[in-house]
Amino acid sequence: MSKILIVAEHLNGQLNSATARCVTCARELKPDAIEVLVLADAPDAVAAQAAKLDGVTKVLTVARAENAHALAAVLAPQIAAAAKNGYTHLLLPSTTFGKDVAPRAAALLGTGQVSDIMSVTDPHTFTRPIYAGNAIVTVAAPTHAIVVGTVRTASWPAVGEAANTAPIEALSLDVVLPSHTRFVELQQASSERPDLQSAAKVVSGGRGVGSKENFEIIYKLADKLHAAAGASRAAVDAGYCPNDMQVGQTGKIIAPELYIAIGISGAIQHLTGIKDAGTIVAINKDAEAPIFEVADIGLVGDLFKLVPELEAAV
Amino acid sequence: MPNCFPARGARALRKGFPMKILVAYKRVVDYNVRIQVKPDGTGVVTDGVKLSPNPFDDIALEEALRLREQGIAEEVIIATIAPADAQPHLRNGLAMGANRAIHVVTPGPVQPLAAARVFLKLIESVQPGLVILGKQAIDDDCSQTGQMLAALWDRPQATFASKLEVSGDKATVTREVDAGLETIEVDLPAVVTTDLRLNEPRFIKLPDIMKAKSKPIETIELASLNIEHGGEIRTTHYAPPAKRSRGVMVKDVAELVGLLKQKGLV
Ligand SMILES: Cc1cc2nc3c(=O)[nH]c(=O)nc-3n(C[C@H](O)[C@H](O)[C@H](O)COP(=O)(O)OP(=O)(O)OC[C@H]3O[C@@H](n4cnc5c(N)ncnc54)[C@H](O)[C@@H]3O)c2cc1C
Repeated sequence: MSKILIVAEHLNGQLNSATARCVTCARELKPDAIEVLVLADAPDAVAAQAAKLDGVTKVLTVARAENAHALAAVLAPQIAAAAKNGYTHLLLPSTTFGKDVAPRAAALLGTGQVSDIMSVTDPHTFTRPIYAGNAIVTVAAPTHAIVVGTVRTASWPAVGEAANTAPIEALSLDVVLPSHTRFVELQQASSERPDLQSAAKVVSGGRGVGSKENFEIIYKLADKLHAAAGASRAAVDAGYCPNDMQVGQTGKIIAPELYIAIGISGAIQHLTGIKDAGTIVAINKDAEAPIFEVADIGLVGDLFKLVPELEAAV
Repeated sequence: MPNCFPARGARALRKGFPMKILVAYKRVVDYNVRIQVKPDGTGVVTDGVKLSPNPFDDIALEEALRLREQGIAEEVIIATIAPADAQPHLRNGLAMGANRAIHVVTPGPVQPLAAARVFLKLIESVQPGLVILGKQAIDDDCSQTGQMLAALWDRPQATFASKLEVSGDKATVTREVDAGLETIEVDLPAVVTTDLRLNEPRFIKLPDIMKAKSKPIETIELASLNIEHGGEIRTTHYAPPAKRSRGVMVKDVAELVGLLKQKGLV
């Protein structure tokens, strides 16, 4: 008898595909209802997209000017209030959005949170990674309280479109919102490339690439393959590329069909971000680099010679 | 000639400034250790394994020290919730530069919600202007405590911070989010959680280790705080992750492209 509430992640009127991955996880719970909550200043466009997701039984919208930007302090009290309407589960994606908001809502609901749900054993039992994915634990959430969880998006494919769209209802919540937290700006690294978190192919560069200018060879190969571009922490820290490209324990956890790691040594913190990739290709001049222990296809040599060759050959 | 403490004098006129900063300072298995799961599935092997401050908490402490050095904070207090043997860990934070430490003594690890409830109690006595925590601890990787604390305290949260500027009773924080860099403004007091690029923590020098020996550590038994219970998540089993096996090595790009074509990937 589960009734699940999923909080939609969206930006600029677009529903993030992480929400469709949460629906897949929710369906695994064999629930009676899966409802999606859209908090926005103008929620209609996002609600219409959410209503099409296969398995969603209802979409609830809360339109308030304060919801123009995803501020946890503003959203969490509304989510907690909505979640009290008979839901057994509250799910958000474990993206930076969900990681920011979900624990705040959980604390308001007086319960703990299961972070990064990888699999569902039963409605209160889940598996999740700890120690950068070096151990997988089975955890049991309390049965007498609502289960609050974030869904490890790389573990769940996105649901497709349903034949019938779910009904959309406006929800009115009597919640006083704080004014102590204010949005200033969002700097988005503009990129024509596919989104790193949902791309089928990803080409990543590491410290071995050596400079911001040299990163062009990563972008060129990515463009040739219609792939997203990623990076190791070392490459981001060195300023070769923006932070939103970081893959790993503290960056993005991804599951593309093809991952090409170039000049990346394969530290555990990086590997935890690519464990679910279909095929991992590594190009590194050091035959002993740990990345080769997990790569499906390894090529030892100088990236400055091999990457342009590869780009020309595909 | 200017007087001796112009900046400090000016700030002291404002309510609550310079402020105190409370820093969460957790001890975890060092990030270089390759964790092994016990064969019987009851936990991970921690005997004889190197323990270190959580890297994000070192960054939290460094940021607090910099704010003190700028005259924005007057006192930096580190707090840990850990078994009795965690004193050397706190000495480490004191050697880095914290003024004093609070050790909440527990028999074993506590979960994020319990940790947030403990920190709320500490806030009541310390009355900090800022509480800085790591964005996650690299043992349980939960990424919850700061957000839960902010909720219970009913104050702003600025998570995943890569830049922090305090001016008067406000802080401007740049956050590392999936879409890029988000900047928000929060009223103080507030909770900030650190991302890796916020700063690079300083190295501890030998004289600082000597100095730290005389800095105060207050110990509090967890039970004496009478924190609320409920909402605990039970861990029932530990397993090693599914292994990816080593694949094939190719000799050149042509062979690589051949394999990728076979798999339908290019
Ligand atoms: C708490 C914490 C969290 C972290 N989170 C992350 C994370 O999310 N993501 C992440 O990536 N890291 C993370 N790290 C950092 C991680 O430990 C490594 O330091 C980092 O991944 C190393 O990046 P790299 O492989 O690019 O650099 P390096 O380890 O320096 O490797 C560079 C590689 O390039 C190769 N190379 C050099 N020149 C060439 C050439 N001409 N041709 C071919 N190969 C060449 C070298 O052989 C080497 O293997 C984290 C660390 C900590 C402590």
